[in-house]
Formats: sequence, structure tokens, C-alpha cells
Amino acid sequence: MAVKSWMRKPEAHRPGAPVVELDGVAVSYDGGLPALQDVSLRLERGERVAVVGPNGAGKSTLLKVIAGILTPSTGKVNVYGAVAGGHICIGYVPQRSQVDWSFPVTVSDVVLMGRVARIGLLRQAGREDRRLVAESLAQVGMGSLAARQIGELSGGQQQRVFIARALAQEAELLLMDEPLTGLDIPSQEAIFEILDTLRARGMTVLVSTHDLHLAADRFDRLMLLRRQLIGFGPAAQVLTPANLRLAYGTQMTVIEAPEGVLALSDTCCDGDEEHAHA
Amino acid sequence: MLEWLLVPLQYAFMVRGLLAAIVVGIVCAVLGTYVVLRGMAFFGDALAHAILPGVAVAYVVGAGAQGPLFWGALIAGVGTALGIGAISRTGQIREDTAIGVLFAGMFALGVALISTVRNFSVDLTHFLFGNVLGVSPSDLLLIASFGALVLLLVVAFYKEFLVISFDPVLASILRLPAQFFRYLLLVMLAVTIVIALQTVGVALMVAMLVTPAATASLLTRRLPSMMAVAAFIGALSGITGLYLSYYVSVASGAAIVLVSTGFFVLTLFFAPRRGLLWRRARGRRSG
Repeated sequence: MAVKSWMRKPEAHRPGAPVVELDGVAVSYDGGLPALQDVSLRLERGERVAVVGPNGAGKSTLLKVIAGILTPSTGKVNVYGAVAGGHICIGYVPQRSQVDWSFPVTVSDVVLMGRVARIGLLRQAGREDRRLVAESLAQVGMGSLAARQIGELSGGQQQRVFIARALAQEAELLLMDEPLTGLDIPSQEAIFEILDTLRARGMTVLVSTHDLHLAADRFDRLMLLRRQLIGFGPAAQVLTPANLRLAYGTQMTVIEAPEGVLALSDTCCDGDEEHAHA
Repeated sequence: MLEWLLVPLQYAFMVRGLLAAIVVGIVCAVLGTYVVLRGMAFFGDALAHAILPGVAVAYVVGAGAQGPLFWGALIAGVGTALGIGAISRTGQIREDTAIGVLFAGMFALGVALISTVRNFSVDLTHFLFGNVLGVSPSDLLLIASFGALVLLLVVAFYKEFLVISFDPVLASILRLPAQFFRYLLLVMLAVTIVIALQTVGVALMVAMLVTPAATASLLTRRLPSMMAVAAFIGALSGITGLYLSYYVSVASGAAIVLVSTGFFVLTLFFAPRRGLLWRRARGRRSG
């Protein structure tokens, strides 16, 4: 069909390639200070990684580069061994402040959006699409709220809708921008429960967060970012006093006690105090 | 009552005017939902004003004949839509500033061109405020066919327009040709404005696009129902406005817009759940 071939085909995956591979990536907006500089890293299939760092460290920029929405000024970005920007298998959960919650769409409308590319131009959602939408909503425990307008949901429910959309999209890599900010503990736990089931299915998850405590406790690896990659690995290796001072500078007080490191920060967007033990 | 409704219909021009007002009311309202949701009200207003030079050139060249006006407006409208779309991408100056400069300049050019013609004040009034009772059978055919085309595109690309409006990031990840759909929407907006030109004119156009959709947004929570309610309000405003203009003899375009503004104000106060009175009552109960 002529109309279909006119839409760019998604990139094929190279078997055995790392899920994400960045090589010397730099991004700068309009000649200003670089938002990212010389970032090289690899993500393996099925791991759950937290991206931490102060405000303006380039966390959102990094997610957008991997999603292929932003083209780096230098360096290479590969997803599943093929150049970024051609993959429809990437689920993206935007920051809640980036979404127009008054938009006249219901929960299932939003989840169905994940199917749009697979449905194709000039076609309607079929039975398979509807089944996947229902199944995805059930997996995040939102089946009973499918007909709600999205503005009528709690913060945690809103995040789960977007996770369900990524599932309906059949995403293999999930990028989440600050999904935990402003959520109460039960809502955060509900999200981690869902992320646990996703891990079992081999989905790779990259989450940006301000919460060093959650990052250290609930993720396989974490990435400490301040325009450059300061550290990437298990929390004990990354959250060292030296690294924290390098990332946060004067925004954080790092106290070295015999039983570990105590980091006090006031950089979070909602002004919460955070601490992490390393 | 029935007689009251039927009397104006003995005039063919009145019947054509009503049909035009209904079609235009529906098409403007349906496309207007995207204007409201995407925050393009100022853009729509500017685009309406910017088609004036096209109309003026066609008018001067065609020596006042009605036929070329439609096509002149169409060329100017689509050209301006694409031009503004391109300017806003360069990022040299803020988008609304660029639109403001272009729109006032184009509008002045249109007025200047029309002023070179002898009886320009009468005709300028028609362009500015519409002349729905002057719709000819061939005008009606053009209005109906281009209106149907716009509605067809809205339906055909419903899910794509929805995604690029709600979540441009997702559109980008899913490899939708978002830029193409953005321009298509601008062109559809230009076409809609051109077919509405005779009904309400340039100056009140933005009300046809925005008011019924804004009213519907207070009453609905899904896009398809928002479109349906907006279309109903748009058509009803067209009919009511024309009857009002017949019996009270006020300018038809202004009457149509006033009726639809009336619907909006009523809804703003009395809409269930989201109306001001409802909120007030609920606020008192909980406080």
C-alpha cells in the first residue's frame, strides 16, 4: 500500500546488541552550555536503571536522546544495534507536568494511542488492538477506570495509564521521566510492583528521579549525571562522597559517618529532604 | 410558531443562507475543537484576517464578480497558513509576534487594495462581517463540497490528529509524519475559514471556530462527543442567528456569533459539574 510505505519503517533489531549504547554523546541547545557532554554507556536487556542528578543535569535530555526525539550534536546513539530515532518499541512516560490533563481523552483512549503506528494510516483499531488495550490496563490494575477522563485520576493512576500505553505499544524499552515525583508511598509501591512484573518479561526500564534513596534501593544500577556521566553502576560504587560532591556541589551536604554516607540534599523540585546510604 | 419558522423560508436566498450557516457552523465547530485544544485561537484569527489581500486581488481583477473571490481567498489562506507554519519553525522571533506582524500587514494590504475600488465601503463591510444572504447556488456548492472535504479529513486522520495534539513526543517516537499532519491541519483551517467567509466575515471568524468548541469542552469529556456537541451548537447558532437577523433585523454574522456566545455564557454558569454555579454550590457544601 503506497500510503504505508510512505511512513518510515521502524528499524530492525540486531540480535545480541545491547538495548541502548551511547558513544561520546553531546547535546547543546542553541549554542548555549552543553546539556550533555561526552556520555558513553550501555544498557543490558531487562535491567532497571535509575538516572539521578541535580536539576538541569540533563536527565530529561538523556531520555529524549535515547528515545530518538533529540538528535545529539556529536556522538552515536544505538538502540538494539540500530541508530536511534527509528524505533517504535520505546515506551515513553512523560513528566506529569508535561501532560495536558484536561484534554478530552479517557484512560483507554490514551492507551490506544500506543497502537496508532501499528494500526497504520487510514485504518481503524481492530479487535486485537482493543484486546491489547484491555489487557495492558488490566496489567497495571486500571481496568475498572478505563472510561475515566485522565484528569479525574490520582497521580499514581496517571503514571500507570502511561505505563499501560507503553505495554499496548509492545515496547521493549521503557523510559520514564520523573514518574515518582509527588507520589505518596503506596502509589510509588504500586509502580514498583508493576516494574517488577515488567522485569520478569525482559523489559528494560530507565527511570529519572530526584530520589536518591529509592534509586539506591530499588534499581539494579544507577547513573549519576551532571551533564557528564559521573558514575554508572551499583549504588555502593556510584554514590560515593566524592561523586556526590562532584554532582551536587554545594547543593548537598555529604556527611561521612562510620556506618555509611549520609547525603542531605535540598535540590528536589518539591523541596523534600532526601538521604541515601552508600 | 410553525408559521413564524416557515415565513422566511419562502425566500430562496434565505434558504441558501440557512444551509450555508448550518454547514459552516458544523465545519467550523468540528475543526474548532482542535483550535481550542491546541491553543490556536490567535492563529485562527490571524489567518482569517490574512486572507483579505487574496480576496481583494480577486475582487479587483474580477471587477467585483463573486466567483473568483472564493479561489483568491483559498490561495491566500493556504499560502498564509504554510507561511506562518514555516516562520514559527525558524525560532528567530516568538511565534505569536511573527503571527501578529504578518496578520496586521496582510490585513492592511487587503484594505488598501479594496480601497482602490469605487464603492469599497459596502464591499469591505461584506468581507469584514459577512453577507450570508448573498450566498449564490454556486457558492453553496463550493461551501458544501469543501466543508465535506474538511470533515472527511478530520474523520480519516482522527487518530493521527489526536496523537499529535495530545502527545507530540509519542507522535515522534511512533514515527508519525507529525510535520505533515501539522501542516495539513493548518491548510484545513485555511479552507474552513474561506468557506465561512461569506457567513460571518473576517472579523468574527474566530468566534465560529472557538466559541462552540469551548462550550462543548465544558459539557463533554471525550473528543468525539466534544466534536458532536460543538457541531450541534454551531449549527443551532447559525439557524437561530439567521432567524434573529430576519425578525429583529440585525446583521446576520453578528447575530450568529451573539447566539453562540450566549450558549457559551449559559454553559459557563450552568454546566453540570464544571459550571461556575455548580462549583460554587459544591464549594459551599464542602466548605
